[in-house]
Amino acid sequence: MLDDFLVRAALAGVGLSLATGPLGAFVVWRRMAYFGDTIAHAAILGVAISLAFSASIFLGTLAIAVLVGLIALGLERRGRSMDSALGVLSYSALALGLVAISFVKGTRVDLSAFLFGDILTVSVMQLGLIWAGSCVVLALLLWRWSSMLTATLNEELAASAGINPDRERLVLILALAVVVALALKIVGALLIGAMLIIPAAAARGIARTPEVMAGVAILIGMFASVVGVIAAGITDAPAGPSIVVAAAVAFGVSLLLRFPEK
Amino acid sequence: MSLIQAIDLAVDYAQAAVLNDINFHISAGEIVTIVGPNGSGKSTLIRALLGVVKPSRGSVRRQPGLRIGYIPQKLAIDSAMPLTVSRFLSLPKRPPKYEMEQVLTRVGAEGLYERQMTTLSGGQFQRVLLARALMGMPDILILDEPTQGLDQPGVAAFYQLIDDLRQEIGCAILLVSHDLHVVMSASDRVICLNGHVCCEGSPQVVSAAPEYREMFGIGTKGALALYRHEHDHHHDHDTHKEDENA
Repeated sequence: MLDDFLVRAALAGVGLSLATGPLGAFVVWRRMAYFGDTIAHAAILGVAISLAFSASIFLGTLAIAVLVGLIALGLERRGRSMDSALGVLSYSALALGLVAISFVKGTRVDLSAFLFGDILTVSVMQLGLIWAGSCVVLALLLWRWSSMLTATLNEELAASAGINPDRERLVLILALAVVVALALKIVGALLIGAMLIIPAAAARGIARTPEVMAGVAILIGMFASVVGVIAAGITDAPAGPSIVVAAAVAFGVSLLLRFPEK
Repeated sequence: MSLIQAIDLAVDYAQAAVLNDINFHISAGEIVTIVGPNGSGKSTLIRALLGVVKPSRGSVRRQPGLRIGYIPQKLAIDSAMPLTVSRFLSLPKRPPKYEMEQVLTRVGAEGLYERQMTTLSGGQFQRVLLARALMGMPDILILDEPTQGLDQPGVAAFYQLIDDLRQEIGCAILLVSHDLHVVMSASDRVICLNGHVCCEGSPQVVSAAPEYREMFGIGTKGALALYRHEHDHHHDHDTHKEDENA
């Protein structure tokens, strides 16, 4: 079964959704969409460094994602204007990465694979890495769930209950960095943010508790992965963007199903 | 021993001193009110006492195992987060359902158990915040301007409720407020803050202190006169309270 590249591709997306569902919910609740994009764009710089040193692309992007995440966190703590600070960081890292990749000699690099994903060429090894990494992120989020949720709601409220909000934010950044490194292969640096935000936003309308929202976001992510890969297989469209389109359609449907607030 | 103590506490933001030389303590069962103009560092002091901001100098000590019930100044729940009242009361630890319903009833928020937090009225929301602070029998209630957005009878009813609850539970109360005439009445001690402790003492002492009068521009018809006025009309508040519950 794993011999079929379409099956491997769909399974990769399904595995990634385990992490992007609940993590995306936090990104939406904390209004960190731009924050997530910044870390994702910086992954391109990680690719360039990995290629230059012939290192594992996963480890290279992970290292840069963690680094940029920590820089962004430091800027936030100093009370800088986050919008422009993240913009500078995000586009500098992306542009620097694109320039650096062009200097890497020897291999001809297909840039679009890193920008929009290359899920159809996912190997059994990479599939294992994606599942293992996603399960680690999911386990981390489940472990910290209640504390992170309280800290997301209000820092003082969390502190009064003995929770350190700074630590919870750090956990979130690290989880985000791991997911960015995993998702690069699937949807590419430019669309990772979409995998975080669209399923969670779609789940919002039909959920009454944070837990249900995160769970539904996982299911929508899985659904979009399978439908996107099948559609790409039939139409020869690029698979990463097809997955995002499927998620966007799910979001549209969720607007129609929206729960009346009572 | 004090429940919370600050010793020579100072907090700087971006190199500018927000708080300086703060010595503060609150003992079991005590009611302490912090007053001060906007930007006087009231909320920063609370954040430092809770441990959200690190002291730049000095130290904060909390009694080991201290149970804090905290009511934030603002709690903006993003409309992106679905949250029922029962789930909110369960943060971070889920108490038994009967306990949650009992506390909701006590604060006059019965029947809200399954409601979405974002659909509550200002008064209901405030009572649910209070209910959460009361879960697990706190040793101290910390309230940071808890009546913002409530109308005058709502404010009076809310403080009446706090006062009743304190007598039942026997917890200490640390209150930050600008509702001077309301809060002065029940306080054991008032601390007048403006980056540093301007003056401190019983409500009578503080309201007579020149520093306090200068800060709030209140002459001889100060907070005490207003307090007496409030006290005269006590039964009014009960009526309003019932109205709100109806």
